[in-house]
Amino acid sequence: MRDVAIIGVGQTKVGEHWDISLRHLALEALQAAMADAGVTQADALYVGNMLSGELTGQEHLGALVADFAGLRGIEAFKVEAASGSGAAALRTGCAAVASGMADIVVVVGVEKMTDADGPDTIAALAMATDADHEAAHGLSLVAVNALLMRRYMHEYGYSHQDFGVFAVNAHRNGANNPYAMFQFPVKAERFTTAPMICDPINLLDSSPVCDGAAAVVLAPTDVARTLSAAPVRVVASAVGSDTVAVHDRRDPLVLDGAVLSTRRAYGQAGVGPDDINLFELHGAFGIMAALSLEAAGFADRGQGLRLALEKGIGIGDRVPIATMGGLKARGDPVGATGVYQIVEVVQQLRGLAGANQVQDARIGMAQNIGGSGATVITHILERMG
Amino acid sequence: MSIPRNWRLQQQRYRLEGEICEKCGAKIFPARDVCPECERPAQTPFAFSGKGEIYSYSTVHHPPRGFEEFAPYTVALVQLDEGPMVTAQLTDVDAERVSIGMPVEMVTRKVQSGDEEGAIVYGYKFRPAIARAV
Repeated sequence: MRDVAIIGVGQTKVGEHWDISLRHLALEALQAAMADAGVTQADALYVGNMLSGELTGQEHLGALVADFAGLRGIEAFKVEAASGSGAAALRTGCAAVASGMADIVVVVGVEKMTDADGPDTIAALAMATDADHEAAHGLSLVAVNALLMRRYMHEYGYSHQDFGVFAVNAHRNGANNPYAMFQFPVKAERFTTAPMICDPINLLDSSPVCDGAAAVVLAPTDVARTLSAAPVRVVASAVGSDTVAVHDRRDPLVLDGAVLSTRRAYGQAGVGPDDINLFELHGAFGIMAALSLEAAGFADRGQGLRLALEKGIGIGDRVPIATMGGLKARGDPVGATGVYQIVEVVQQLRGLAGANQVQDARIGMAQNIGGSGATVITHILERMG
Repeated sequence: MSIPRNWRLQQQRYRLEGEICEKCGAKIFPARDVCPECERPAQTPFAFSGKGEIYSYSTVHHPPRGFEEFAPYTVALVQLDEGPMVTAQLTDVDAERVSIGMPVEMVTRKVQSGDEEGAIVYGYKFRPAIARAV
């Protein structure tokens, strides 16, 4: 296999883009990434997306975006793994480059959520759960996470207020990211008074419904050195899976899929948790952030939230997470999120993260989760040279 | 939900029927035909008692399409006495009286009102267990 590098990144601002269509969002990110990489052609395009069929009536995104972007004729298709679709598309791209089946690959994650109204969007997101045995009983994806959060509080004795640490951190970082949906801080004391969605998950503990697109360009590392001044090497790309329905899990409070995914990624990269300078985890809700920190080996079972409360998760702390706002403040355009995470890790490793720069960042990890832990895709990136 | 799709699940929806693995004895709900414990075929029907206790719960204030008329409603993970866990709505109880560990039992209730095909979907929900004289 060939080593794979990222030679260009691009993103749109995340938000409620009433004036921009799905294809235009994808185009904007794709063009930014190709310009950053200095390429005008590609061998293949992989589009990560979860909800285009359900919310905008448009599938077949590979050919659609390729043609729209002036790349008519190239290999192109959509990759879907619920909210893990973005990283799944990236992994598909990495496989194509590593195998030698393609040299220059563009990966775009895109989601357009605001063309549908609230209950339809909630139902669409619930497609990430078990349709016959969770969604059919009226559960949303938020409700499934709320069940995990309540049990976590019960087993380990945390208060509701404790979970505010994740939202406060995300918003503090989002405030300095011009591409974030929410560019303002929130106060910890406001956390417990926010409107309830599915208790105990409230509005300030939940990633927003939004639109956005992000893109990266991949190349073999030897080619990357000639094309890019600051290529970033993909040193691990790994997937773990678990049951879609939470009630079928071995232990609902352990993300087995994330344990498998990170263990495989650490093995590929030859690193461990101590080597990771920043971790863009899938904090769609605070409970997911806590469970992800545990599954990735940063904290013991039940101690993920304690780690955040006592040792910190900010830019200057041991394990910076959501360094550009994360899913909560940058926003979570579901099928695009996994690619946004990669774009942000690349910004950090290039030293271009501005006020949110993690000092001397050399190795960064991104983890994109489908549903509440059924598909977990981990990438580890390393600065080259 | 389409009529045949609901009809296919009638045994589990109305009787809480799952499966038992004849190789390792694992009791399985919902039915899946391959034992999740020993990964061998398991297709022998097994009807659960419907008794269990609450592992976790949440009250849904923002429901998905098709459930708006019931909101707010409380959903739960129920640990069945026989072992498996099941996801369902709670019924016949106020949300503030629900707690982790509360004994519950399965009842049949309306899960969704008729859609454009007119079919009302019935299925299992759980209510606080009613104490019986021994």
